[in-house]
Amino acid sequence: MGIVSPLGLGLEHNWSRLVAGENGFGRISSFDPSDLPAHVAGEVPAGPTGTGGLTLSDWVPVKDQKKMDRFIHLGLVAATEAVEDSGWKPQTEEDRCRTGVMIGSGIGGLQTIYDASITVHEGRARRLSPFFIPSALINLVSGHVSIKYGFKGPNHSVVTACATGVHAIGDASRLIMLGDADVMVAGGAEAAVCPLGIAGFSSARALSTAFNATPEKASRPWDRDRDGFVMGEGAGIVVLEEYEHAKARGAKIYGEVVGYGMSGDAYHITAPAEGHEGAYRAMQAAVRSAGIDVADIGYVNAHGTSTMADDLELEAVERLFGDAAGKVAMSSTKSAIGHLLGAAGAVEAIFSILAIRDNVAPPTLNLDNPSRESAIDRVAHEAQRRKIDIALSNSFGFGGTNASVILRRV
Amino acid sequence: MSEIADKVKKIVVEHLGVEESKVTPEASFIDDLGADSLDTVELVMAFEEAFSVEIPEDAAEKIATVKDAIDYIEKQKAA
Repeated sequence: MGIVSPLGLGLEHNWSRLVAGENGFGRISSFDPSDLPAHVAGEVPAGPTGTGGLTLSDWVPVKDQKKMDRFIHLGLVAATEAVEDSGWKPQTEEDRCRTGVMIGSGIGGLQTIYDASITVHEGRARRLSPFFIPSALINLVSGHVSIKYGFKGPNHSVVTACATGVHAIGDASRLIMLGDADVMVAGGAEAAVCPLGIAGFSSARALSTAFNATPEKASRPWDRDRDGFVMGEGAGIVVLEEYEHAKARGAKIYGEVVGYGMSGDAYHITAPAEGHEGAYRAMQAAVRSAGIDVADIGYVNAHGTSTMADDLELEAVERLFGDAAGKVAMSSTKSAIGHLLGAAGAVEAIFSILAIRDNVAPPTLNLDNPSRESAIDRVAHEAQRRKIDIALSNSFGFGGTNASVILRRV
Repeated sequence: MSEIADKVKKIVVEHLGVEESKVTPEASFIDDLGADSLDTVELVMAFEEAFSVEIPEDAAEKIATVKDAIDYIEKQKAA
């Protein structure tokens, strides 16, 4: 597994900072946000390799960097960590052909498209880089990972806005179940902390604007003072493998994808349906496919974006758990890293796996005054040590698309 | 070496990320310097920009080595 997020680079670095209650927010530094309503974001910190900071030239050769938008850079960094961590280095042509990639993004190369538009607008279309299109295309993270490692199996990508990461992991695991591949590198990457991205989500009234002077307080899922999400950038990548295949080679196994559920709201382009009934059906489908008892789920990593929709998700989760609601812990790790859009579901599924590994529920920061009470423990402020054998992770996207994945200790 | 040759060499080093010593006049962009077809398109654009010249597509297709580029640009500049 591999993560690059506003908390930094590296799986264990991210996890230890997350469990310690740290956050990755600040005033936007990659451009001057003064003209925009939202000034806060979670940006991947620069810094020497090995300290949790990003030095891009250590991961992507300088001459190749200009051929890729930043979301591809971040995807490659996380994919490199994940593939190295998995120890999977196919030596035969057959093994390479049985290894695929399915890495998505919610938006793709937004900054690259912005820059190219200006070039064309200025009448310099003939000066447009030949790398513009492959730099902006969403499936090019999958393309670059396959080229780097020689993975010749299914090469696919997912684009379902903020549900992308969960869909990628769920769909990739289904490809393995269907026999299309033995190993799939899956996840999501996003780098939309750019003027167009912040302006666009601001116009949709989706971003927090009330905490520009106190960035660490801006992302506050379920809190009564929440006023929108905080955008984050990064990537989360996992290596999925058919169980017997992994066992036979003595692979390090973090956990198992046991359930996956999807649904559509058929309701509104940005707002969730009443009672988040689409989310309820996605979770229900995931539980059904896992063949487990809901009460056995010890931890839920909520979509919980720090918007008005938080309470709708809460309602759906309460409905799912029924009498067992008092036993489960649910937190939103977006309170520490923000909303990574197409990468969110993948990073959060990884956090869910680590929650199982360490029997720790990571905290929901800034949950000072819940906008409503619930029997569900939302792990306010501090991580909790709890018995967690099964975890559920939710991601929902614009367009009314919902995805839930269930993970279990092996 | 002419000023043009120096500048061409610098652009090649920058765009292809190769060592300066490898950028000899005879070096082929694709065979010796690791460029692909998109890299060569970008290189030609960089030459056009840096030297304020137009390199039409049929001429660009014939620029395969460092010397080809230098010769073409020198001829344009002399004209």
